Amino acid sequence: MILLASTSIHVDLWQVAASLALVALAAAISLWWGADLERDIGIATVRSFVQLTLVGYAIKLIFDVDSIWLVLALLAVMVLFGAITARSRAKKVPESFKPLLIALALAGGTTLGLVVALGIFEPTPRYLVPVGGMVIGNAMTASAVALNRLGDEMAESRARIEATLALGATSREAAMPTVRRALRSGMITLVDSTKTTGLIFFPGTMVGMLLAGASPTDAVRLQLILLYVLLGSVSISALTATVLAYRNFFTPAAQLRELDDPEAAAA
Amino acid sequence: MLFELREVGLDRGGKTVLDSLSAGIPAGATAIVGPSGAGKSTLLRLLNRLADPDRGEIDYRGQPLRSYEPLALRHEVALVPQLPALLAGTVESNLRYAADLAGEELDTARTLGLAGLDPSFAGRDVAKLSVGEQQRAMLGRALAQRPRVLLLDEPTSALDHAARDTIESALAELRRELEISIVLVSHDPEQARRLGDWVLQLESGRLVGCGPLAEVLA
Repeated sequence: MILLASTSIHVDLWQVAASLALVALAAAISLWWGADLERDIGIATVRSFVQLTLVGYAIKLIFDVDSIWLVLALLAVMVLFGAITARSRAKKVPESFKPLLIALALAGGTTLGLVVALGIFEPTPRYLVPVGGMVIGNAMTASAVALNRLGDEMAESRARIEATLALGATSREAAMPTVRRALRSGMITLVDSTKTTGLIFFPGTMVGMLLAGASPTDAVRLQLILLYVLLGSVSISALTATVLAYRNFFTPAAQLRELDDPEAAAA
Repeated sequence: MLFELREVGLDRGGKTVLDSLSAGIPAGATAIVGPSGAGKSTLLRLLNRLADPDRGEIDYRGQPLRSYEPLALRHEVALVPQLPALLAGTVESNLRYAADLAGEELDTARTLGLAGLDPSFAGRDVAKLSVGEQQRAMLGRALAQRPRVLLLDEPTSALDHAARDTIESALAELRRELEISIVLVSHDPEQARRLGDWVLQLESGRLVGCGPLAEVLA
């Protein structure tokens, strides 16, 4: 069981304000080279401040109340918003919301359940809230990327898929190469970044722990646990989302559905 | 009749694509002719249930088409689409995939021969074939399932004259060798004359002629 040392550092608001110098630099680069991102950088800065501050207070409240039910409610809200956000990336997939919701719930439930059952983390808000947030966030990205690719591939491969159906293949057989590629693209980013972790970049958790004064050994071990947990959750979510969503392209009689307006169908 | 269409209608995107078609398609070789956008390919896709009509009924061998299990029906009524869409791999792996789906033994050399390809094509990568060769591989893939009916959607539209003649002679040979019926979509009345003996003529989704080729395309 992991027990975090009570190392803590204090960060003043002026230190946060000082880091805005780098945001100004980003906006200046955008303006200088005409990247047209100044507005987005501004929105991103304000939103990150407001959202993280609110989340900070919410987490403090959840830690103070110390109720597992409150944690589960928070995770359910994360799953719901995650599915809504991912759906906007999967516009070419008809009725993508339900597959995404199930994918995120399953990824979150299975991975958090396993880390608690294996005794890696205690079932308390201090562990479940941050780990749950990471798990669901990464699961959302992976399933969104997978379904985005699925939508593109189904459109591009329509002729090949229908030619395969014409041979009497099932919808599953006809869609399999497409589903496989979609699943792969959902998982590949995390697999690649896990391969290069420590060489090309230092992942966030480790950086945070080192800054907070933890020993490098502890920081590395916790980071490894989180990376492995994320690999599991990303695989579960990408697989569940693609396997459930590809069926929406077919009728029960193994026909490709006519999608006159996929964006409307996705709504 | 092999197929019997009664008041068949279909809409797509708020537009009527097929409008109250009633016609018979006998065993043998039937050509569905008409200009682009007449609904020829759409009608062909209805015959092996790649789509179902919104209105009306189609019978196949005296039974409603909808009463046939779609996957089994497609082994018996095989459709070759307009453009080649083979699976990555060799010609033989494509033939085997189709034969396995239909639960048929594959005789590679004979199937290739029927499709107008010599046995050396078996091991060729489909990505390295010309469009005409790919189209013949598509025909071979359909034949690997030993269908009773072959639905061909503009099988030579993307080909030059020489490649077209090769496919047409393969089809003529096929009819001599096998007990197989062919329903062929073509925008070219001359091709219909060369290959068909019965014809359905469509215009803007409506049937404007149906009967023996010599009478309809006289």
